[in-house]
Amino acid sequence: MKPAGRPEEMPRATAEQAAGERFGRALRTTLGALARRPPIRWLRTQLARRGLNGRTAVIAVPYLWLLLFFLVPFAIVLKISFSEAQIAMPPYQPLLQWAGERLADIRLNVNPGNLLYLVEDSLYLRAFANSLQVAAISTLAALMIGYPLAYAIARAEPRWRGILLMMVILPFWTSFLLRVYAWIGILKNNGLLNNLLLWLGVIDQPIVMLQTDFATYLGIVYCYLPFMVMPLYAILEKMDLTLLEAAEDLGCRPLRAFASITLPLSMPGVIAGCMLVFIPAVGEYVIPALLGPADSLMIGKVLWTEFFNNRDWPVASAVAIALLLLLVVPIMYFQRVQERENEGQT
Amino acid sequence: MSAKNSLARLSFLIFGFAFLYVPILSLVFYSFNKSRLVTVWGGFSTEWYGRLFENQQILEAAWLSLRVAAINATGATVLGTLAGLALARFGRFRGRTLLSGMTTAPLVMPEVITGLSLLLLFVTTEQAFGWPEGRGVSTITIAHITLTLSYVTIIVQSRLASLDVSLEEAAMDLGARPTRVFLLVTLPIISPALVSGWLLAFTISLDDLVIASFVSGPGSSTLPMVIFSKVRLGVSPDINALATIMVSLVTLGVVIAGFVMLRRDRARQRDLQMALDAPG
Repeated sequence: MKPAGRPEEMPRATAEQAAGERFGRALRTTLGALARRPPIRWLRTQLARRGLNGRTAVIAVPYLWLLLFFLVPFAIVLKISFSEAQIAMPPYQPLLQWAGERLADIRLNVNPGNLLYLVEDSLYLRAFANSLQVAAISTLAALMIGYPLAYAIARAEPRWRGILLMMVILPFWTSFLLRVYAWIGILKNNGLLNNLLLWLGVIDQPIVMLQTDFATYLGIVYCYLPFMVMPLYAILEKMDLTLLEAAEDLGCRPLRAFASITLPLSMPGVIAGCMLVFIPAVGEYVIPALLGPADSLMIGKVLWTEFFNNRDWPVASAVAIALLLLLVVPIMYFQRVQERENEGQT
Repeated sequence: MSAKNSLARLSFLIFGFAFLYVPILSLVFYSFNKSRLVTVWGGFSTEWYGRLFENQQILEAAWLSLRVAAINATGATVLGTLAGLALARFGRFRGRTLLSGMTTAPLVMPEVITGLSLLLLFVTTEQAFGWPEGRGVSTITIAHITLTLSYVTIIVQSRLASLDVSLEEAAMDLGARPTRVFLLVTLPIISPALVSGWLLAFTISLDDLVIASFVSGPGSSTLPMVIFSKVRLGVSPDINALATIMVSLVTLGVVIAGFVMLRRDRARQRDLQMALDAPG
């Protein structure tokens, strides 16, 4: 390094700089030319022709994630539901087994027994029937409480609507588990509700409310109520109120106007709300486990027990497949409604 | 509307909100109870809060849950934004129906099915490729991202659907490439949706019991798993204290978020009014 500041050094620095720039320019030109050369251009057009560009990447990343972690697992569940349980880790036999040296020695351990077992053992059928019943009753109850609430919020003064809606969603943001837990304290024999009723003199000894089907219904309605109110509110709020005014002008009584105008127009919201409550409620585990009777037959609980207590993975998988088959129609229907809703917005 | 009608609506509101809030308030109330028998009042005390912070198991589980929730929310927001963008802006592409199906199905899928299927996937891939080695934070996070990215997708998709495309088109006309348009125009406009998507993914992850129970391994119990094993044995006052802390934090967060959004809304309306009032 030569000491800086000497006048004759300056041109050299500039020269070096110029050389650097020239090199950079040359590099860019070469790369540019290279990029335009047939093989690379060919590759680029091939990629573009197959749609591989930024746009494809945006689609591909979440797509691959969901394929790998949402769709493929179902195939594995299906596979394992056909295999036989064994005491090992993992506790099931592989479907294909290489018994000898030759290719012909592959043994196929397909065991349709698990799915047949579900049909033969009345426990599972009763569990499915009971889950459907519990979910249906709870959904109906949630509709009876949710509809008036959604209606009242949608017809409240506009400046109040946001706050009221926020108050419906707020419990949903707090822990689901703790909200179920709250009902244990209320429903148990020396709990809040029994104490209140005793104090009021309505009853003279505590009623058993915890660990009953009633508690399960209550828990489901309580936890899923926001899911019922949201779609109902969305549709009731958008409704054209001049229709009701027209009905009133023509002499229609309010109750009749509600039944023949408001209710039919809000049906998409009713369907969406009921689906959002019914489908997860069928497979619900936490609520029946904490609030329901110890021997309650809810399919989610049966699956849990088969898996964690009996360590029978194939039967648990078979239960999951059966539950999925049961719910596939409502889920598809829900998706179609959802899709149409999204189309409507765009 | 008649007076009878408005009276009916008022009673619907009172009944509905009483149903929603009495259980939560009872949790808060009894967290200050001196008595161990949760629902028998034995005088005011903050003893259970002290006990809570001495409980190493709960603190460790809470720390694990918070970490999982934060990573999950970030991952789900990135993936969900991409999926929402694809569904809302890319028109009809091949496989769109499947993508839209895979993003709405987890919303209603019973958790036991999602949990079981993911566990079986992890077991299968561990046998085949040696990954993941054992189960813990990483498997819980992957499972939660799969679940919560649907929520983010729906939020982003509906926000984009209600957004005027002319802004993006204008940027495009001025010569901006799609990536720049997205970063400089679309992203800032949908940022409130991203924030609410992130928060929703965070809380769902923090709250999940069933899926985490399936895909977690020994030694990685999340907070809901610890709460569940305690609650199964009956009510216990330190859980009330924990519930009170969680409810207060959430309420505070929602109130602050609501206040910020209200102010933004007012500012926007004022700007709009000024623009409309301006001569010309």
